[in-house]
Amino acid sequence: MIDVIEIKKDFPIFKDNADFVYLDSTATSLKPSSVIRAMSEYYSHYSANIFRGVYDISERSTKEYEETRSLVKEFIHASSEAEIIFTRNTTESINLFVNGMSDRLQRGDEIVTVISEHHSNFVPWQQLAQKKGLIFKIIDVDKTGTWQEDWQSLITKKTKVLATSHVSNVLGTLNPIRQIIKDIKKINPDIVILVDGAQAVGSVSVDVQALGCDAYVFSAHKMLGPTGVGVLWAKEELLDTLPPYQFGGEMIRSVTPQKTVFANLPHRFEAGTPHIAGVIAFKQAILYLQGKGLKKIYDHEVALAQDFYNKLNNTFGKDVTIIGPAQRASGIVAFTINGVHAHDVAQILNEDNIAVRAGHHCAMPLHDRLGVEASVRASFYLYNSFDDVDTIVRSLIKVRKMFNK
Amino acid sequence: MASIYQEIILQHAESPHNFGRLPSSTNKIVLDNPLCGDVIQMEVEIRGKIVTDIKFTGKGCAISKASASLLTDFAKGKKIDELRALDKTSIIKLLGVELGPNRLKCALLPLEALQKLIHK
Repeated sequence: MIDVIEIKKDFPIFKDNADFVYLDSTATSLKPSSVIRAMSEYYSHYSANIFRGVYDISERSTKEYEETRSLVKEFIHASSEAEIIFTRNTTESINLFVNGMSDRLQRGDEIVTVISEHHSNFVPWQQLAQKKGLIFKIIDVDKTGTWQEDWQSLITKKTKVLATSHVSNVLGTLNPIRQIIKDIKKINPDIVILVDGAQAVGSVSVDVQALGCDAYVFSAHKMLGPTGVGVLWAKEELLDTLPPYQFGGEMIRSVTPQKTVFANLPHRFEAGTPHIAGVIAFKQAILYLQGKGLKKIYDHEVALAQDFYNKLNNTFGKDVTIIGPAQRASGIVAFTINGVHAHDVAQILNEDNIAVRAGHHCAMPLHDRLGVEASVRASFYLYNSFDDVDTIVRSLIKVRKMFNK
Repeated sequence: MASIYQEIILQHAESPHNFGRLPSSTNKIVLDNPLCGDVIQMEVEIRGKIVTDIKFTGKGCAISKASASLLTDFAKGKKIDELRALDKTSIIKLLGVELGPNRLKCALLPLEALQKLIHK
């Protein structure tokens, strides 16, 4: 069981605002003291650049930075540290990967993605397709988030890439990645599969090798870590074939006026001074999650989401439209109160000290597909309680009353 | 913090004034805010540099509807020069509530529509 009262003590944001109901962890999670302390410790005591100095504090910062890489490798069950590339966020990880794949794609090749993807796993592929004359195919979903029944018909011998999320940031669905990949590889074993794990990795135990994907991306800030740190994992033999994304310091072995030899993996993809403090503190985030147990965290957030889903239905009946399946599979519940704009809902909830997201959540194609202009999204994480569910439901009753629905 | 959903805003959002089409319009415009899906269509009838009639339709949040309702009420019968001088502060005054930077965008869409119309 997750002891929310104990957990809240680790998150300083609740110190002066004990009744704060934070339901926007899908946008970014709150940060525990250990993460904040690690950032401060770096800046206060050993704020040296990495890989450069031979003095003590640079040795220390390099060691701590690389320790996070090793922990990330273990956390997602990668086969080596060389496969773990630190970026700024999921978006940059995807762009790095798209840029790398660009050279090997030719006019007429196909890229497949899903209509429910976050813009960051949709727009880079769409733009690449337009630039290079590729065929951009989109798997449809229904309002429960289920992929179109015949989605496999979109996969052909000409398909080179499939990009999908692990957990949808609006539907809250947990895609059966392992099965999907098996099905795809049966049709065409050469397809490169990128999985956006931004909404999954902080609560779903991920084993990239067992999933069978070729690349997996996520952000530290959605899993208790600092903003400004993301990860691209990809199979070493694939990364070896991709050209660098950015050129500059930290990513070279030797430079002459005529020629540059690039560094080995993973440094070849980490040009310039990275977010050292952030990467170092990210380790504390992973340790915290491991300490509480991912399985327990996942079960907790799904239980809260299910409770909220049930109470929304029971309390509002026909006045509420909930996006996604009846059986919740993540902490995410997006919905609309019929006749009340999502921004008004979110604003009134804010007056009751509840933070939710309102809008299209960077998934405009999905909202268009479902015929919804904007939705409200509540997302639950390890520091939320069943009381939080009751608080938001009470506040929503107030919303309905205000708008005489 | 006081609620921005004062009675006046809720009333205007529920039954906005000047809501509908204007067959006698001399100018019309459609504007949207793709970030929140708000859309406003505004039509004006301008005679002798005066806004003699004005109507709007569209969809949006309570703030944007109330803002359009109050603004169109205000604009009716006013000289174009006077309306050109309207700004953010005027809208906040009309609404009578404080708005944060994100909601201000909702409130300002009708003003943007009006100003584009009278600059045509």
